[in-house]
Amino acid sequence: MLSIKNLHASVDGTEILKGLNLEVNAGEVHAIMGPNGSGKSTLASVLAGKEDYEVLGEITLNGKDISDLAPEERAAEGVFLAFQYPVEIPGVSNVNFLKTAVNDIRAFKGLPPMLAKDFLKLLKEKRALVELDKKLTNRSVNEGFSGGEKKRNEIFQMAMLKPKLAILDETDSGLDIDALRIVANGVNKLKSADNATIVITHYQRLLDYIIPDFVHVLYDGKIIKSGTKELALELEEKGYDWLIKPEMAQ
Amino acid sequence: MSVVLEDKKQAFLANFVAKSADKDSSIAKQEALKALENLEFPTTRDEYWKYTRVGKITNANYSQSPSFNVSDISRYLVEGLGAYLVVFVNGFFSEELSEISQAKGITICPIAKARKEHVDEFDQHFGRLSKHESQFFSAVNTVYNTNGVYLNIEKNSVVDKPIHMINLTDAANAAYNPRNLFIVEENAEVTIINSYETISGSSFTNSTTEIYVNEGATVDSYILQNQSETSKQVNEIDVVQKANSIYTANTVTLNGELVRNNYNIEVKGQGCKTNLYGLCLTSGNQHIDNHTIIDHIEPNCESNEVYIGVLDDSSTAVFNGKVFVRSEAQKTNAYQQNKNMLLTDDASAYSKPELEIYADDVKCSHGSTTGQVDEEAIFYLRTRGVSELNARKMMIRAFANEILENIKIDALRAVLESKIDERFS
Repeated sequence: MLSIKNLHASVDGTEILKGLNLEVNAGEVHAIMGPNGSGKSTLASVLAGKEDYEVLGEITLNGKDISDLAPEERAAEGVFLAFQYPVEIPGVSNVNFLKTAVNDIRAFKGLPPMLAKDFLKLLKEKRALVELDKKLTNRSVNEGFSGGEKKRNEIFQMAMLKPKLAILDETDSGLDIDALRIVANGVNKLKSADNATIVITHYQRLLDYIIPDFVHVLYDGKIIKSGTKELALELEEKGYDWLIKPEMAQ
Repeated sequence: MSVVLEDKKQAFLANFVAKSADKDSSIAKQEALKALENLEFPTTRDEYWKYTRVGKITNANYSQSPSFNVSDISRYLVEGLGAYLVVFVNGFFSEELSEISQAKGITICPIAKARKEHVDEFDQHFGRLSKHESQFFSAVNTVYNTNGVYLNIEKNSVVDKPIHMINLTDAANAAYNPRNLFIVEENAEVTIINSYETISGSSFTNSTTEIYVNEGATVDSYILQNQSETSKQVNEIDVVQKANSIYTANTVTLNGELVRNNYNIEVKGQGCKTNLYGLCLTSGNQHIDNHTIIDHIEPNCESNEVYIGVLDDSSTAVFNGKVFVRSEAQKTNAYQQNKNMLLTDDASAYSKPELEIYADDVKCSHGSTTGQVDEEAIFYLRTRGVSELNARKMMIRAFANEILENIKIDALRAVLESKIDERFS
C-alpha cells in the first residue's frame, strides 16, 4: 500500500530524514519507535504533506506517487495524520469542519456532497466509536479540550474520513490509561484488511493495546532495525543504546 | 497657502450649495455656518485624523445627483426581514420604494418633512449632539444636509419589526449629506438597520446621525457599508444615553475606497449598557477608519467594544477607540478590544485603544492584537481534506464570527455571512 524509497527531508538546510525506506501492506500495523529527535514526527509531517520541508525520494500510495501532492489531495487519496498536538481552532465548529472535509474529499473524487441526514447518521455512529461527548462535536475544533478529548477527537475524525493509511503520531502522549484504552479501541475497530496503520510512539505501552505486525526503529533519519512486536518489548527493556552503539554494547 | 486652501474649501463646499435648497433655519445650521468659516479640511497633523488622508474626498469634483430611475431594489433588501423600509436613491427620498406603514407609537418620515411637521421635537433635538462646531464634515452635513430619516419612538413602544434604511447610489461621482435624527423615548425598543450600497457609479456620503436613547430604552443599530470600491464615506454617529438604557451598534464595512466612522457616545445616566461592535473586511487599496468615543459620565455603567479587521491586499484599517471614565463614574466596567488579521505582507493595521480614567473604583481593560492566519491550523484542516481555499475561508469566518455572532437578526447575519463567503471564494 505505502512504499517509501530513499526519503530525504530537510528543513532550513538541516537534514532530518536521511534515506528512509519503508513498505507497508494493506491490513498491517507498523510501529515506528525511536529516541527523541530521530525524525519520527518529521516523517509523519512529510507523509501528510507539510510544506515546510525540502523532500527528496519517492512516496507511493497504492502505486500512485503522492510526494508532490498538497495535504488535502493526500487526504483525498486516503492519508490521515493523527496529530501529536492537535491544533485548537477557535470559531471553527467540529461539525462544520468535518462536513467541509467530507464534502471536499467527495468533490475531489467527483462525488456530490453527502446528504445532510447521511452525514448526521455517520457523525452519530462514529462519535459512539470513540465515546466522544456530543457537546464536543458541536464545539470549536479542539478548543478547551482536555488532552484525552483532543486525541479522541483525532480518532473520531479518522473514523469519519475512513483513510487507507492512518499515521498516529504519539497518540498515547498525554493520555491516562482509560483514555488510552478508548483511543486504542477506536483504532482497532477501524482496522481492516484494506487499510494500514503506522503508529509512531516513544513507548511500548500503546503497543499493548494496538498490536503491531512490525516494529521499526528510527534513528538519525533512517530505519536502523525492523522486527516484529517482540522488538518493542526488547526496546522497552534495553532502551535504544544497544542499537545505536552496538560496538559499546558488545 | 491659506488662500489656496480657502479656495479649495470653497470649491468643495460649492458641490453642496445648490442641493441644499431646503429652508433650514435651525440654530445648529447657523452655528455650523459660522464654524465653517474657520474649520479646514482635516489633515494628518490633527491627532483625530492622523492615519487618514481625506484628499480623495476633498480633491474630487462631484456632479449634481441626477434624478433616478430605480424600480427594483430587491437585491438590497434583507431576505425574510419584513422591515419598515426607508429608501434613498442618490440622496433623494423615494416614497415609491419605501414601505412605511405608520404604526402606533412610531413616527418615521424624511427629515425634511419632520422639520416642518414636528417642529418642537425637531428643534429640541436637532444639532444638539452633532460635532458641527469642531468637525469639518459634521459642519458640512449640518449646513448642507438634504435629507435623511426622522424617527420618533414613543414611550413604552416596542417597534414590531426592524426599520431598514437603504441608501443607494446610482450616479457617477455623486455627493450627499444624509442627516438622521432618532429619538427613542423612555422604555421604547427599536432595531435600526442602515445600509449603504451602490447600484452603479460612485459617491461621497457624508452622513450624520443623532440618536437619543432615553431612560430604559433599547436601541439595536446596524450599519452595513457596502458601497462601490471607488466610493467614500464619512459617517458620524452621535448618541446620548439616559439611565438604564442599552445602545448597541454593529458596524460592518465590506467595501468602499475610504470609509471613516466616528462614534461619539455620551453615557449620561446610571445603569447603562453600551456595546460597540465592528467588523471590516478590506481589500485592494481600501482604507477603513473606525474612531469611537465612549464617555462614561455617570456611575454603574458598562461598555463593551470589539472591533475586528480582516485585511487583504494592500488595504489599511485604523482603529482608535477612546473610553473616558469621568470622576463621578465609579463602578464603571469598560472593555475594549481590537483584533486584526493581516492576509498579506502589504496590509496595514493602525490600532490605538485608549482609556482615560478619572475615577478610582472601576474595571477597565483594553487590548489590541494584530497577526496573520494560523498556518498550523490551515495545515491541520488541509490534512483532513479541506481545500486550502476553504481552510482559509473557515479561518477568516471564525475570526469574523466574534462580531457576527452578536448580530441578533438571523436574516441579517445570514446575508453578511454569504457576503463574506463570496468575498473569499
